[in-house]
Amino acid sequence: MSDATPDLSAYLGGDRGPYRSWDAVNRPMIRHWCEALGDDNPIYHDADAARAAGFDGIVAPPTMLQAWTMRGYREARPPGSDTSDPFEVLVALEELGYPAVVAVNCEQEYTQYVGEGDTLYHRSTIESISEQKSTALGVGFFVTELSTYYNQRDEVVGTMRFRVFKFAPHARDEAAAPVEAGSAPPAVRRMRPVRNEDTRFFWEGVEAGELRVQRCGGCQTLRHPPSSACPHCQSLEWTPQRVSGRGTVYSFVTMHYPEIPPFDYPNLIALVELEEGTRLVSNLVGVSRHDVRIGMPVQVEFAEVEPGFQLHQFRPLEGC
Amino acid sequence: MSKQGQGDHFLRDKAAIVGVGATEFSKQSGRTEIQLGVEAILAALADAGIDPVEVDGMATYTMDNNPEIELHRLIGGRALRFFSRAHYGGGAACAPVMHAAMAVATGVADVVVVYRAMNERSGFRFGQGGLLTEDPNAFETVDFGWYFPHGLMTPASWIAMFAQRYLHETDATTEDFGRVAVGGRDFASTNPKAWFYQQPITLEEHQAARWIAEPLRLLDCCQESDGAVAMVITSAERAKDLKRPPVLVRGASQGAADDQRMMTSFYRKSLTGLPEMGEVARNLYAMSGLGPADMQAAVLYDHFSPFVLPQLEEFGFAERGKACDFLREGHHLRGGKLPVNPHGGQLGEAYIHGLNGVAEAVRQVRGEAANQVAGLEHILVTAGTGVPTSGLILGGAS
Repeated sequence: MSDATPDLSAYLGGDRGPYRSWDAVNRPMIRHWCEALGDDNPIYHDADAARAAGFDGIVAPPTMLQAWTMRGYREARPPGSDTSDPFEVLVALEELGYPAVVAVNCEQEYTQYVGEGDTLYHRSTIESISEQKSTALGVGFFVTELSTYYNQRDEVVGTMRFRVFKFAPHARDEAAAPVEAGSAPPAVRRMRPVRNEDTRFFWEGVEAGELRVQRCGGCQTLRHPPSSACPHCQSLEWTPQRVSGRGTVYSFVTMHYPEIPPFDYPNLIALVELEEGTRLVSNLVGVSRHDVRIGMPVQVEFAEVEPGFQLHQFRPLEGC
Repeated sequence: MSKQGQGDHFLRDKAAIVGVGATEFSKQSGRTEIQLGVEAILAALADAGIDPVEVDGMATYTMDNNPEIELHRLIGGRALRFFSRAHYGGGAACAPVMHAAMAVATGVADVVVVYRAMNERSGFRFGQGGLLTEDPNAFETVDFGWYFPHGLMTPASWIAMFAQRYLHETDATTEDFGRVAVGGRDFASTNPKAWFYQQPITLEEHQAARWIAEPLRLLDCCQESDGAVAMVITSAERAKDLKRPPVLVRGASQGAADDQRMMTSFYRKSLTGLPEMGEVARNLYAMSGLGPADMQAAVLYDHFSPFVLPQLEEFGFAERGKACDFLREGHHLRGGKLPVNPHGGQLGEAYIHGLNGVAEAVRQVRGEAANQVAGLEHILVTAGTGVPTSGLILGGAS
């Protein structure tokens, strides 16, 4: 790896394609997929069920999007395809001394269903190349390919953003921590909240699957974040109060960039107003960032986000 | 001293900014922050025509890495009898000038240097989610524990939480954030010192820019910069004998209010105002005896474009919730009734934590700014938003 950081701007963007599919959307491939994944949805194998659901005929599971235009075992593309490598930048990085690769992220958007007989193709662009980054694995670049999928009417049926980290692995003495044979490389961890006399009760509650706030011993006002004293009556006495965990979204943010490890991106974070009146920041799960609405009712749950680290998060209530 | 006094406040017009200096603004200064500081301070003293040996006071931000004593030693200072630092990041941008003004007005110091020198692009970058201190006993580290484990760990993300709510409660859209950015970049395009000199943007380009912390896009976020700015403050009396036209401190205040936190005041009844800035506004207008109609331009802190809207409202340039109309009518643009950030702002010129905005205000009062506002008598300057903050009203001697 050279000392100077390579200039990869020439590889950004571009518009490659079409990358055509070997086969039209077909029943056998759909049947294999559903069998492998255990998906019994009848719209994928029963034409009557599909028509009853409003389709013209059998449709394919949207998650097969990438499969239709993959090169196949012999890595060849069908006639009429662009023959250039959409990931040319990775070949260049290999030659510059970044030999390793790991896939880090795949985000697909499904615009419309594809049905039996549709012939698909996709076009590709390099949407982003990060600056040189150093992670636990090594030093390299995050490259994101944006593929847009079309049907035979040139309508967009979906998109995929596929991100890889192309890197030079750390030399053993440069590694962030010693790696034992057979163990996973050390990973960046989420910050662990500091527990002191004022905050310990909250995190012990989270470990026990309870959401808690402070209740002032003087004027009974609830407060969060926790503090040593009551701002209203200055009492230094307080007790932990369990709260219901029901609230509404008061505001929210979707984190896109920078992609600070170890979070998955985009990362949806809300300011939740609990029904008891206090607010707290937490992650939203079970909802797309496009569907979040201020005021939507949510309910707390607890998840082990990292080994040994339980955290609260909120999920929209059904039917909202 | 009356609260709404017309000019009988002790501090009004007692102090003047008599020199200003700066390094170039870059992404890689190639030298230490100490050196940047020395260069800017010596330039400011040369601008003022004051020998460095006379500097007996220094004021800066808590976040500045350069010790007062080291800079004072290197510029050839003899002794210091006043030094102070203001906290809360960019919220401190105007406060050191206030502290310097108080020092010279009371006679505890005669020549005070205000400075900020940082390699915030080539050195420690504020937007990468790191913490300045890992000390578990530090209140601020404990406080970040409510946000970092969920990934809310950059300044853009904290502002975004307010911005989303502001969009919900007002008629503003992200296009109005874009109008702030477009205006700043237009001014920067004709400022030779600006990083984005000759590089204006359009609203379409703003709307097409990538998301950073939705609803903030890349072009809503200020730059990262290496550079330094310094200025020299003396009493108004002393300023009369110096070579540059004095720039009087007519109003100065710091401000914190209403369940104030550092960047995360999420627990207020309403998230759409900036009560700490409202506190500053009341005090600036009371001390100076002026009002919004007396300002011909404003330097409004723009680390992120969305907070320019509530600032316009807190200072009375627009009614509550109506800053979007002000922007849609273009009043903030070149030739408008209140040009905002005529240097290009931190979006367009550079991000020297707000002190480059104070320097622009000084140039505007002197009549020597790159985008000079004709007939300017008074200019408002604000410091960091989302944090405890500060502000100044500057004007010329009549």
